Amino acid sequence: METKDILVFIEQRDNVIQSVSYELLSEARKLVKQIKHVKFEVVGILLGSNLGQLPHDVLNHGADRVYVADHPELAHYSTLRYTHVISELVKQHKPDAFLIGASVIGRDLAPRIAARLDTGLTADATKIEINPNEENTSELWITRPAFGGNLFGTIVCPNHRPQMATIRPQVLDADFFQANRPGIILNLPYKPMEDSVRILKRTKKHNTGPDITHANILVSGGRGMLNCFDLLDEVAVLTGGVVAASRGVVDKGAAPKDIQVGQTGKTVRPRLYLACGISGAVQHTAGMDKSETIIAINSDPQAPIFGVATIGIVGDARAILPLVIENLKAYKQKHS
Amino acid sequence: MNIIVLVKQVPDTTEMKIDPIHGTLIRAGVPSIINPDDMAGIEAALSLKDRYGGTITAVSMGPLQAERMLREILGRGVDQAVLLSDAKFAGADTWATSTTLAAWLKTQTFDLIIAGRQAIDGDTAQVGPQVAEKLGIPQVSYVESIEACDGTWLRLSKAYEEDSELLEVKLPALITTLSTMNRDRGMNAVDAWAAYDKPLTLVRFSDLDLPESDVGLKGSPTQVRKIFTRSLEAASLKTDLSPEDAARLITDVLIKTMEA
Repeated sequence: METKDILVFIEQRDNVIQSVSYELLSEARKLVKQIKHVKFEVVGILLGSNLGQLPHDVLNHGADRVYVADHPELAHYSTLRYTHVISELVKQHKPDAFLIGASVIGRDLAPRIAARLDTGLTADATKIEINPNEENTSELWITRPAFGGNLFGTIVCPNHRPQMATIRPQVLDADFFQANRPGIILNLPYKPMEDSVRILKRTKKHNTGPDITHANILVSGGRGMLNCFDLLDEVAVLTGGVVAASRGVVDKGAAPKDIQVGQTGKTVRPRLYLACGISGAVQHTAGMDKSETIIAINSDPQAPIFGVATIGIVGDARAILPLVIENLKAYKQKHS
Repeated sequence: MNIIVLVKQVPDTTEMKIDPIHGTLIRAGVPSIINPDDMAGIEAALSLKDRYGGTITAVSMGPLQAERMLREILGRGVDQAVLLSDAKFAGADTWATSTTLAAWLKTQTFDLIIAGRQAIDGDTAQVGPQVAEKLGIPQVSYVESIEACDGTWLRLSKAYEEDSELLEVKLPALITTLSTMNRDRGMNAVDAWAAYDKPLTLVRFSDLDLPESDVGLKGSPTQVRKIFTRSLEAASLKTDLSPEDAARLITDVLIKTMEA
């Protein structure tokens, strides 16, 4: 089968393109540059309603071409409608690779499309490269964590196209942008279709505090901080930071799931990650090791968290944090 | 209501450690558990049965040792269990797994299939949606609660990153459940006692209408090229700081970050 180009699913919610889609466009630009024997384009596929300028945003962020399906029935994500439109486009365009953000929508949509097209899909990847051992190849080597992040596997899809992958938000850089970048916008026809799922109501999650994925400072606690999360709260309040937690704490019901960092939680990249009483299983560090600065406090000098820390302090966070709080309060008083 | 629950036996990954010298995964002594998201699916099925009646069938694909997990599930109140097990199924990726499961499910009648959102060993979240596609039925993934069922439509809530959606899905359908949606009721004496009298059926490759090229490692579009553990470099550790000095150091970095 003759295939070409890298297709990227552009995810919009309420007509806002999700940042993971821009991350994938930037990554796809880097990949097509490394594929030297053929000229691949970066192609976006965008579904929604009254999309306005959005297709141009897709071009500006790195697509050479964007397919657009604009129809009221596509305003909100629908598994069946999106699967149908995108699968038809894939059959017609025959992309060599197809990248999708590993968001709730992406992880619902991608497996459905891969099953319909009978091709391989790698889930929740954290790294994509072109097969480094061969010349003239467009084979993707897709690396992902497994076993709760204890293990990494590099997955290939040798005999089926497109090579599909969902990629974790916030692990790749969205560093490509060029204003008024020229490109091709193509409208796809859409015929209304019955859906077996109807949306009755959308509600903001009630327990949603500040978003840990956008915080500058994360004050994070592990099992060593059970029953002492008030200390973390206080440090967070004093520094404008946000409290996060490890899986051990969330599993015990001591913290809500939406502040969990790690392979089964969220990936974070704050400027400062303060890890208190977190042992640092790879399942956790896979979700935070790209933080700019990491300070780890743990009483066990063998704790693996020290392997990723910028500064490692062997000690009891429950004794140290009250002093940090005192210092911060004194500082605030002096500077207010 | 006829409910099929898809379940997987997994190693408890929170207990897993890495051999620091060889950089390999230490699997010895790691207990096998019912995958947490699947456990929520079992509980969801049991509460639906409490309200609307019907039968629950637990279905797993895996090695013969998964029979023990299925017996435990029968002990939790599930009516019957089916284990798809064959050496030919080994090494299946999500495409081959869902193709195999769907081949058996096509021979059954059901109103609802419940699968866990993802398994903690593979973390793919793909088998549920791929089974739904192979069966040509609608899906709702990331289900955080089930509200009601009128026999035709099932009302439930789906979790997104930052919001929730109240939805209705037309039966028959497949849903995938989050481990946080409920708390399992544990075993009761009556069901635990009956666990060994309830039917547990073994399904082999030859029982399915499938070409051999569609199952196991050979039937998998994706292949594992290499496996590795992350090597952790030794950090520069401060072991001799007093709590006061440690607090001063941390405060300085916090303030610098705040003001940058």
